[in-house]
Amino acid sequence: MANNAMTSHDGAHDAHDDHEHHDTNGLKVFGFWLYLLSDCILFAMLFAGYVVLSQAYAGGPTGAEIFELDFVLVETALLLASSFTYGLAMLGMNRGDSSAVIKWLMITFACGAGFIAMEIYEFHHLIVNGHGPDKSAFLSAFFTLVGTHGLHVTVGLIWMALLIFQVKQKGLTEMHRGRLMMLSLFWHFLDVIWICVFTVVYLTGVML
Amino acid sequence: MSHSNNDHNDNHGSVKQYVTGLILSIILTIIPFGMVMMMDDPGVGVIWAVYGFAIAQVFVQLYFFLHLDGSKEQSWNVMAMLFTLVIVAIVVGGSMWIMIELNQNMMPI
Amino acid sequence: MLGKLTIEAVPYHEPIVMIVLAAVILGGAALFGFITVKKKWAYLWNEWFTSVDHKKIGMMYIIVALVMLIRGFSDAIMMRSQQMLASTGGHGYLPPDHYDQIFTAHGVIMIFFVAMPLVIGLINVVVPLQIGARDVAFPFLNSLSFWLFVVGALLVNISLGLGEFAKTGWLAYPPLSGANYSPGVGVDYWIWSLQISGVGTLLTGVNFIATILKMRAPGMSLMKMPVFTWTALCANVLIVAAFPILTATIAMLTLDRYLDFHFFTNDLGGNMMMYVNLIWAWGHPEVYILVLPVFGVFSEVISTFSKKKLFGYTSLVWATLVITVLSFIVWLHHFFTMGAGADVNAFFGIATMIISIPTGVKIFNWLFTMYRGRVEMTSPVLWTLGFIVTFTIGGMTGVLLAVPGANYVLHNSLFLIAHFHNVIIGGVVFGAMAGITYWFPKATGFMLCEKWGKRSFWFWITGFYLAFMPLYILGFMGMTRRLQHVDNPLWVPYLVVAFIGACLIMIGIACTVIQIAVSIKNRKQLQDTTGDIWGGRTLEWSTTSPAPFYNFAHEPQVSELDEFWEMKERGIEQEAKKPYAPIHMPRNAAAGVIISAFSLVFGFALIWHIWWMAVVGLVGMIATFIVRSFNYDIDYYVSVEEVERVEREGRERRALPSARTPNDTVVQG
Repeated sequence: MANNAMTSHDGAHDAHDDHEHHDTNGLKVFGFWLYLLSDCILFAMLFAGYVVLSQAYAGGPTGAEIFELDFVLVETALLLASSFTYGLAMLGMNRGDSSAVIKWLMITFACGAGFIAMEIYEFHHLIVNGHGPDKSAFLSAFFTLVGTHGLHVTVGLIWMALLIFQVKQKGLTEMHRGRLMMLSLFWHFLDVIWICVFTVVYLTGVML
Repeated sequence: MSHSNNDHNDNHGSVKQYVTGLILSIILTIIPFGMVMMMDDPGVGVIWAVYGFAIAQVFVQLYFFLHLDGSKEQSWNVMAMLFTLVIVAIVVGGSMWIMIELNQNMMPI
Repeated sequence: MLGKLTIEAVPYHEPIVMIVLAAVILGGAALFGFITVKKKWAYLWNEWFTSVDHKKIGMMYIIVALVMLIRGFSDAIMMRSQQMLASTGGHGYLPPDHYDQIFTAHGVIMIFFVAMPLVIGLINVVVPLQIGARDVAFPFLNSLSFWLFVVGALLVNISLGLGEFAKTGWLAYPPLSGANYSPGVGVDYWIWSLQISGVGTLLTGVNFIATILKMRAPGMSLMKMPVFTWTALCANVLIVAAFPILTATIAMLTLDRYLDFHFFTNDLGGNMMMYVNLIWAWGHPEVYILVLPVFGVFSEVISTFSKKKLFGYTSLVWATLVITVLSFIVWLHHFFTMGAGADVNAFFGIATMIISIPTGVKIFNWLFTMYRGRVEMTSPVLWTLGFIVTFTIGGMTGVLLAVPGANYVLHNSLFLIAHFHNVIIGGVVFGAMAGITYWFPKATGFMLCEKWGKRSFWFWITGFYLAFMPLYILGFMGMTRRLQHVDNPLWVPYLVVAFIGACLIMIGIACTVIQIAVSIKNRKQLQDTTGDIWGGRTLEWSTTSPAPFYNFAHEPQVSELDEFWEMKERGIEQEAKKPYAPIHMPRNAAAGVIISAFSLVFGFALIWHIWWMAVVGLVGMIATFIVRSFNYDIDYYVSVEEVERVEREGRERRALPSARTPNDTVVQG
């Protein structure tokens, strides 16, 4: 890893002083952002597939027949709230207040878990009523697009749980700050994608 | 102990920014949901409005939550994102055009 | 318990395969035995497998690529011989079932497990050195990327002995590749080997964009970067933009196969044309990922061996950027005949023709670089000249194919096959050979034997023309691709000539193998002790050969393009006088190997429907990653004493005789 400033160190230093390489996290966050942009393209392909197949009902139900907008609105509220509470966690991190970080992360986790629980319920409901992803191309595309988003949120929750544990254990070290920043990008990004999901899938499905 | 140098890595933002983002997002969500849920037969104008609100909310969240702005620090991030959006537009838009034409010419139904 | 896997998976009814398997197992056992007897496992593990050093990772990529070249080329010579033999009423020696797997494996191996790792390997070895950095941005991810790639290659190879490979062609179009028409494990091997190695590739893309944009030496603005770094940057941007398309598309096919989804099925609303569209939206940028870095290689090689600054640096950079963007608006030219109609075809046809213009600009830049230079005919230069002629021909046939009307006649004919081999061999293979020869001394400390290098070149280029020019003619005569037997006597002479050409290429490959063996044997006479064996212009030549593990004791300060050349011109003293400081370096990491090992279990289990094993693999991958996240001891400081020692050894090495010095024009060996 390149040094920008050749500061002299006595050999006994632990490689992770707080003031050492304050641009390492900048590098990690940038790299993570690049990964997120690739994820954006991945989602774009799933959106493209969905739009192309969005009328391929194969005699089965249309979007309007199976989407319940009030349910989706609650999901949306949960995810949006969680994006907000993560922001508050980051403000806590800026202040160096690890207990605030943990508190807001736990609230974020709860909202995110609520979102996933609702989504699992929705999927289960559809499948047991004979509207599973194997019933038509439209349903395949729906389950894949929404499900991929849900999978990403789930991974985010696992990551979040880990970070809560690690921050509790070792506090707001440089490494943890970097990870919190990356998860922050991830979490907000997923809410942005959700805006596209509820618009292109649910609202459009009901409108058309 | 946090070092002042960390600031330029940490996200910027204040409670005000997050609250503003939240409120705007709530508004930009409730309106389209409300329109679609209330109207029996939404016309083309409603469809455009719904997409308009979505795009607006995306920008709101990019700015207030993800702190993407015109600052020098964010310049590579913004450039990378703009490049991505161009690619998405080309591939998705191109694919839509291609698939529509293909379906017209080649699908039996 | 073991899903679909039974002893029937071993193809013991197919003698050819069984003989090959026996040879591989015996050879593998011999290799393992040799390493064990020489007690080299610890060395290999500590110095290579767990290394996060970009130079070592790059070398490992290239080694694996060359091994896979042998497998991919075996497929090629089998196809050529089969077509030649099965052309006069006979049926050759390869049944259709087998033949189909061979042409599929040939394509998959050559693109994903030969061309990509050659290019990524070169980028790994060279780019951090060229920009004055000590490693890439994310060294651990670099190791993970490499091992995920290895797992992909392993899966393809395992398919030879257990089960089958896909019979669908290298891009596995549905519905043929769907569960109905390919119920076996072949397509699943294809899916998981590409998905797993694809993750590695994507991470490489992220890694190098971050490295190039953020870790350049002070003073190296973007327009002072070496051309190879520019092309590497653009190729990695293409990777990050294009590989998610491949991942998503293969995922949709996977869902169709495993969970009865209907993205691309014949029934219930599937649309298999969408697969073709999406896979080529990836596929076209992919070939630019391969070719842009080799354009960079040629730029470096030609300017060094012409002893002249590259002509038109700015236009070369702009041409590269334009190609990068344009590569995203031509993809439909791979399926003009699928039926999108005249308007769509016209747009993409014109776009395809336009993209040839910036490439033409580059050709002129290289030619003008040579003009009035003192061109030294080393083997890298021979590969470069061979490329300029060959790639130009291939490019021109590409423009011909870009005309939709012509494409309707020539699509999926041997004309197409000849075209893409023309540009890939003339471009990527020749470029990889030039790049490997050029940077080999930097990586290893000794140069490759020029005599065998030149022999390899002449066999390759003669073999290439003999093997592929007849295919252009056969394409015009109406022969389509992927034929297991042919029955037109008019085609036979051309197929015979093509087979002879393939044999010459085989000799060329043998020459390269011999070259490597001879060079290792004679490495003392071939040693590079100055670090600047060719008289290079860019920063990598300012280090010793091989470079110290930390690359630069002092961070280079850059003020202009071709900084190292300028330093030499000005007679700048090596910076022996400045005091050294401890250097921050990452530790080795086993997690990359372990996560990848679990991914092999995961992929293999999914292929054979061994669900419990798949869970084990997945949990293993995640758990290893989580365990690593609890490891805070992932880097260290190289002490000043250590730096002094390494630098002193480098200086002492310079006193030893070198195989050649920068001012030589007569090449030894």
